[in-house]
Amino acid sequence: MADEVLFEFLHMEIVSHIYKEQQSGKAELDNKDRAVCVSVLEGMGFRVGQGIIERLTRDTPSFKDELDIMKFICKDFWTKVFRRQIDNLRTNHQGTYVLQDNKFTLLTQLSNGKQYLDQAPRYLAFSCGVVRGALSNLGMESVVTAEVSIMPSCKFQVVIQKL
Amino acid sequence: WGREQGRGSQGRQMERNSELFTLTYGALVTQLCKDYENDEEVNKQLDKMGYNIGVRLIEDFLARSSIGRCQDFRETADVIAKVAFKMYLGVTPSVTNWSPAGDEFSLILENNPLVDFVELPDNHNTLVYSNLLCGVLRGALEMVQMAVDVKFVQDTLRGDNVTEIRMKFIKRIEENLPAGDE
Repeated sequence: MADEVLFEFLHMEIVSHIYKEQQSGKAELDNKDRAVCVSVLEGMGFRVGQGIIERLTRDTPSFKDELDIMKFICKDFWTKVFRRQIDNLRTNHQGTYVLQDNKFTLLTQLSNGKQYLDQAPRYLAFSCGVVRGALSNLGMESVVTAEVSIMPSCKFQVVIQKL
Repeated sequence: WGREQGRGSQGRQMERNSELFTLTYGALVTQLCKDYENDEEVNKQLDKMGYNIGVRLIEDFLARSSIGRCQDFRETADVIAKVAFKMYLGVTPSVTNWSPAGDEFSLILENNPLVDFVELPDNHNTLVYSNLLCGVLRGALEMVQMAVDVKFVQDTLRGDNVTEIRMKFIKRIEENLPAGDE
């Protein structure tokens, strides 16, 4: 079944739609417009992440600690959602994690290298939300951002919010 | 959107990744309902977005399936039901209710994979939740020179027994028209 392709097409069209709608009538988007678009996409991803983790962890025993959860995100969750595992996980053991995916599935269509680098953020916003939503359902509030220097490699930074 | 915790007869512990698609689709519909004032407008947006997906998806489909040119609309219907739907949505609708002229048919789905765990809230009586599919079919077929009209005539989300999509052949399109985003 090629349903992951359907998701990729849907994702691209959603991004396109959100940016088109925000632009409507204007000559170009300013930073505020872009922030709105990113926020909308991130919010959509958040709901999806919550939904996915709910089903994924239905039969899983509870996690030992924060690191255990992050490893689950890097392996089982990433495989389920992005069809591969995280290549590299780093942490400062103080609530910040960097997850590196060398062949991020939603960027592979875009380019290999530096072409379209400035477009990359719009294709990462939804995924950041998915991660944030998953963590939220697991009891961890976080801020998730993504950074790309050479596509399709991508680093997601997760900062756990201590209450 | 209401979500039923389904432990229904179909046993939804499936590990299909189509969850990602259906959940994302649900998030999209929710967002559109926030952004637009009425169901008709949401239906229109879903159709437009579906069209934009369809004009690109057809290439992916043709590459994956190596299906040649269909001889007639009947063959088209079979390919849509048995190959395309199966490939992308994991379901095979039945093809029925052919018009005498052979230019119209229905796709009947017992299970609409887009609506797993979805309930329509009360104030969205004219929302066609899965309308993206109509646009996808329309856009895809346009790229193979067929102008068609596609609409939902029954919807399990509305309490009908099945989900029925009606497809009508309008005309052949001349080649070399540029594919526009709508």
